Amino acid sequence: MQPEPQNPSGAVLEARGLVKRFGPVTAVAGVSLEVHAGRVTAILGPSGSGKSTLLRCLNFLEIPDEGEVRFAGRPVRARDADLNGLRSRVGMVFQQFNLFPHLRVWENVALAPRVVRNLSRSTARGLALDLLDRVGLTDKADAHPAQLSGGQQQRAAIARALAMQPAALLFDEPTSALDPELTGEVLAVMRSLASEGRTMVVVTHEVGFARAVAHEVIFMDGGQVVERGPPARVIDAPSSERALRFFGR
Amino acid sequence: MIGPDGQLSPGNVGRLARAPWWLLAVALGATVFAWRAATSAVYAEILGMILSGLGVTLAVTLVAFPLAIALGLATALGLVSPHPVRRNVATLYVQVVRGVPILVQIFIVAFVLVPLGVDALRWGAGATGLFAGLRASDVPMGVRVVAALVCAYGAFEAETLRGGLTSLARGQAEAARALGLSQRQALRHVLLPQTFRRILPTLGNDLISLLKDSSLVSVLGVRDMTQEARLYASATFRYTESLTLLALLYLALTLLLALGVKALEHRYRRHAA
Repeated sequence: MQPEPQNPSGAVLEARGLVKRFGPVTAVAGVSLEVHAGRVTAILGPSGSGKSTLLRCLNFLEIPDEGEVRFAGRPVRARDADLNGLRSRVGMVFQQFNLFPHLRVWENVALAPRVVRNLSRSTARGLALDLLDRVGLTDKADAHPAQLSGGQQQRAAIARALAMQPAALLFDEPTSALDPELTGEVLAVMRSLASEGRTMVVVTHEVGFARAVAHEVIFMDGGQVVERGPPARVIDAPSSERALRFFGR
Repeated sequence: MIGPDGQLSPGNVGRLARAPWWLLAVALGATVFAWRAATSAVYAEILGMILSGLGVTLAVTLVAFPLAIALGLATALGLVSPHPVRRNVATLYVQVVRGVPILVQIFIVAFVLVPLGVDALRWGAGATGLFAGLRASDVPMGVRVVAALVCAYGAFEAETLRGGLTSLARGQAEAARALGLSQRQALRHVLLPQTFRRILPTLGNDLISLLKDSSLVSVLGVRDMTQEARLYASATFRYTESLTLLALLYLALTLLLALGVKALEHRYRRHAA
């Protein structure tokens, strides 16, 4: 996670003027952001504000209509060679976990290291078991995803995203599909990743988590950034009327 | 019908009601027949004749099926491709083949496409003279019928595979690509293993259909079980005995296959999403 040499802004991941339209709807209307190494960025906003779409543009699960994404200072083009490279360096955790149901938990974690990095089965298994230990799932390594609770599935998905030793992690509403009792265990894992100095971008509705963990909060509405800054300002003392209303002050 | 608990039958019913009584009926019939066959020289003779075609029936089925799946897979990937040429070529093949009776397809492949192919091969090899001596008549009828069945069943398998692929949650492909897997790697390690588990019952049915449709090869004089039974019957006028035994043998084979498919399904069912 060293700043790369030919990287003027020093950002790991950088977006400039991103626009994404779905038919007549403009989901993201010209958003720029910089994600710096070791920092946690939380993207908050009402449903439909374009925050998930923005996140998905960062690893090209949505191909932006306009604008540019730079990884380690280099622009990323929407073609397979660039994208596979970017994606193997930027992990993603989904709202619906998206574990592979036909593979055991450790195989879910070991798949990308084996297939993309060509690690041997035993090396990849060792790596997977270490990561599962890290998220507290050692005893579930040989289970199938369907045998896990939602919180356990999401922790396994986090271990899977960590397996490629990513320079940054993207979280797309990681606790929105979980009931309140299971949310805590996932947030605890994310908190400990943040305290290790991981670079994270988190789209979330967990205002408390954002306040406690994020270095920067981006508040979006209608596809645009309404406010950005440290959580103490954006969440606790917002200047816009829209953010005031959203955070309920 | 739908029971009071909202379950389709057999839902929450007792062990006795769920037992496969129909299988017992089949087994009874088969036993009676087997006993008659064992005690009658005529039946033993017919059984021997028909069984001499068993190898051909099984060979045609077991060679054509994997080839049809391979062709179906290539076609299915075309059907879901964003590339317009690939998609249209695949769609054309599926639509044309599905709209023509298999029997007609067998005639067309055997008597039109194979001779055309042989001519094309000779012409293509040109001055090298590689296939100069090759005649259409050198291509055995067995090869022609397998080609025809592969062509016909490739279209069915394409539709089955396309349905299976598109039934997977979009998140599966996304998760695979988000990990940096290429399209090919995502297909091989994430999407196709799940697709095949999901379409296993359909594939089993298609295999059974193919086994039955392999009897069509008899129209080209290929000596499968059906052809052997027809030859015997027309020589001896023992139509009843020959055709009943023939049908019973197909039934035994398809029931065996169905049981095998059930067992496979049961094995994979446990971890299905």
